[in-house]
Amino acid sequence: MRDLLGLTAAQQAQLIASGEVSSAEVFEFWRIQAAGDDLGSYLWVAEDTPTDPGALPPVAVKDLFCVEGVPSSAGSRILEGYLPVYTATSVRNLEEAGAAVLGKTNQDEFAMGSSNENSAFGPVRNPWDRTRVPGGSSGGSAAAVAAGTAPWAIGTDTGGSVRQPASLCGIVGLKPTYGAVSRYGMIAFASSLDQCSPLTRDVTDAALMLRILEGRDPCDSTSLGLPDQIALPSADRLDGLRFGAWGLGEEGLDPGVAAVVRSTLDRIEELGGSVAEIDLPSAGRGISAYYVIAPAEASANLARYDGVRYGHRTEDFEDLLGMYENTRAEGFGEEVKRRIMIGTYALSSGYYEAYYGTAQKVRTKIAQDFAAAFEQVDFVVTPTSPTVAFELGERTADPLAMYLSDYFTVPMPLAGIPAVSIPCGLSDGLPVGFQIAGPAFSEGRILDAAYALEQAIGFEGAPVR
Amino acid sequence: MNFEPVIGIEIHVQLATRTKMFCSCELSFGEEPNTRTCPVCLAHPGVLPVTNAEAVHYGLMIGLALGCKIAPRSIFHRKNYFYPDSPKAYQISQYDIPLCSGGRLGDVRIHRVHLEEDAAKLVHTGSSGRIHGAETSVVDFNRCGTPLVEIVTEPDLRSAADAAEFGRLLQATLRRMGVSDVNMEEGSLRVDANVSIRPAGEATLGTKTELKNMNSFRFLERGIDAEIARQEAVLAEGGKVEQETLHFDPESGSLTSLRSKEEAHDYRYFPEPDLVPMAPTEEMVERARAALPELPAARAERLAEELPAEVARLLAFRTELGDFYEAALAADPTHPRQLANWTVNDLIGALGDRDPADTSLEPADFARLVGMVADKQASASAARAALPGLLENGSIDEAIASSAVAGEDELGGIVDRAIADNPDAVEKIKAGKGQAIGALVGAVMRDTKGRADGGEVQRLIRERLGV
Repeated sequence: MRDLLGLTAAQQAQLIASGEVSSAEVFEFWRIQAAGDDLGSYLWVAEDTPTDPGALPPVAVKDLFCVEGVPSSAGSRILEGYLPVYTATSVRNLEEAGAAVLGKTNQDEFAMGSSNENSAFGPVRNPWDRTRVPGGSSGGSAAAVAAGTAPWAIGTDTGGSVRQPASLCGIVGLKPTYGAVSRYGMIAFASSLDQCSPLTRDVTDAALMLRILEGRDPCDSTSLGLPDQIALPSADRLDGLRFGAWGLGEEGLDPGVAAVVRSTLDRIEELGGSVAEIDLPSAGRGISAYYVIAPAEASANLARYDGVRYGHRTEDFEDLLGMYENTRAEGFGEEVKRRIMIGTYALSSGYYEAYYGTAQKVRTKIAQDFAAAFEQVDFVVTPTSPTVAFELGERTADPLAMYLSDYFTVPMPLAGIPAVSIPCGLSDGLPVGFQIAGPAFSEGRILDAAYALEQAIGFEGAPVR
Repeated sequence: MNFEPVIGIEIHVQLATRTKMFCSCELSFGEEPNTRTCPVCLAHPGVLPVTNAEAVHYGLMIGLALGCKIAPRSIFHRKNYFYPDSPKAYQISQYDIPLCSGGRLGDVRIHRVHLEEDAAKLVHTGSSGRIHGAETSVVDFNRCGTPLVEIVTEPDLRSAADAAEFGRLLQATLRRMGVSDVNMEEGSLRVDANVSIRPAGEATLGTKTELKNMNSFRFLERGIDAEIARQEAVLAEGGKVEQETLHFDPESGSLTSLRSKEEAHDYRYFPEPDLVPMAPTEEMVERARAALPELPAARAERLAEELPAEVARLLAFRTELGDFYEAALAADPTHPRQLANWTVNDLIGALGDRDPADTSLEPADFARLVGMVADKQASASAARAALPGLLENGSIDEAIASSAVAGEDELGGIVDRAIADNPDAVEKIKAGKGQAIGALVGAVMRDTKGRADGGEVQRLIRERLGV
């Protein structure tokens, strides 16, 4: 059989379509790859190969997507062994399109984290350097695609949870417009921000997957789908397109990352695009607003894990309150507890306006900043992450330093707009991500621009596989 | 000092929709526990709510019936609290922007009408019957997610009796609309009362307490009266009324505190991010308006054009009686007052709690019987005695035969017999003791089993005796 490792998902789909390989052979190839993972990417791998898995290569699915009968724990002790009784709409759309579930990937617990070190089931290692983190929270999905243990994957992006690990692992991560993809069956972290997002080898695969994922779902009132079908990208020039660069002067930006990003801006100009620095006056406050809004929503979303109906229940209790307290104390990790407390506090009577109310105003301001920017430019571009992949344990003692990993990625979900991260080069031998954001529902244009740039950069997207 | 009570009430109404508020489970009517559930109403990981359009329609109908303004855009909030009856640990409810606000029913202003979802049912085993001290507590999620409408009045009521009367009008109104079973014992209609008192004539409000979940209007009235008396006693002793939530025990008549202000929950309301705002279109509002039947207040007014106000109100409030009365009147429009009186007195007595539509009595037959009584062709007491049978498959022809007044031929013979059998009475009548005629009339009535008109009998007796 052909070595599929060097092929994108779209290329493998062509082989299946032409009959050169069977879909079962493709599934089996990836099943063996996934079973051989030694980075901690997977929490569960399919045990058997279906007789006819479908027309597309299989997909690795972040643990927080409910898949009927398959362990889905959102990386948390409190849901250890939980078997959903239904399948998430996004996963079902993939299955119906012919992409069967290959495995469930490791993640930060309830998607809270930027390094995958908050998983209850151990960290994930970055395939480019095993002493470093893959980013998070969709760290398992990103590492699996980068390391060649999955052809493609889905994750969720709330404040950067797909784009940042894609950046740190040297792959493509696309966060769609809020509402483009159904959230039904995605174990919720922050409902007004969470979006199901592809993690792929290249831009074409991201477009192919988004085409399958998007659509209105009667089970998700906030879903809209996309107005037009996503075409596979084909642009090779950026003539006439205006790019607004944001954040290159930020203090926390690593100089090596800045240099690679600047050279990418030069590429844009070489391809006929124009680049100008742009100011998003409120975007710098995104982290502050995000770390009020997301924990506030999470404090309610995670309240259902009470030991009454499913999941972990403490054995150590005398009364109802004790059952609640000990179940949650035993079931949740440190970061989840921290955010539940922050969110509960932010919503408390007497503090609501000062915290939640103010954060919502900042959110509106950020959306207005983007709207104003898109009157002058077609895209806003930034580094995806201020640094390359950092060492395991480097930031675990300092939550604020960890939170700042999402500095460049948090404003877009607050505004509900789409953004892609593509690999644009190496700094100290580690991948650097370049982020392209556009107005709501501009995924087609973003993917076209990203594709032209991807071809020009020619990133050799392979750690040692 | 004279105190004036100030009362507002909050009513929770379970809507009679086909499915639950935010999922597609059918509503439960006494099914086996936990058989009307799905991942959404059990709050499994990853599920999302979807608003029930029929519940919104009913909510709009209620708002329009109460003369409220419909919010062009209203939103749901999450009301957070941990308890096993709330699987999400929050209730989806409405907070600062309700679906409807600012209406009126009768003399009482309506503050707001909003949509929310019901909780699950907890059953505690053990002697206490409450969660504290229970051996085990089990949860039945069948009720969980049932659509609720909460109706809140302004504090416009000034007595317990007025509050109960308002409750009955609201209940009748909702029943008439068909949006709820409004059964207080089964909990499809639940009433809380906010009670405060203030020195008569003063404008500022006193500290209020909340009386929870009284399951009949009689208990509501007694509970409010008990609470007014308690507050008066507190103030008379120079004390202060504390803000608290109270439970009224109708058996002992006592009030117990459920929680004080300090123990009040901080529900941490915030906008429900899983739902988009409700923005009823003009078409939706018009559809709700078109679905409104004639409501009890309007019906009472209309019926009072022909009937005494009290009778009209009774017929309007008990929709099923009003419908039966109007159907009977349509069959024979000649005796509206008699028909109404028979409905609210004799028929009610025979029906008890039954709906006349569920009995075998046809409105046209009822009209025929009452018409014969009105025309003195049938005896009222015999007709009255025939009613219970008619509700249970009795034949109308037999009933009419058994209550038809005996004609003069038949009656003549019976009168003659009565005169012959009661010489003493005849003696007295002839001696001028007029009241002695009663004995003869009574004898005739006994003989005819009431099928005789008293006046006619007297006339015949006098004629025979020449007095």
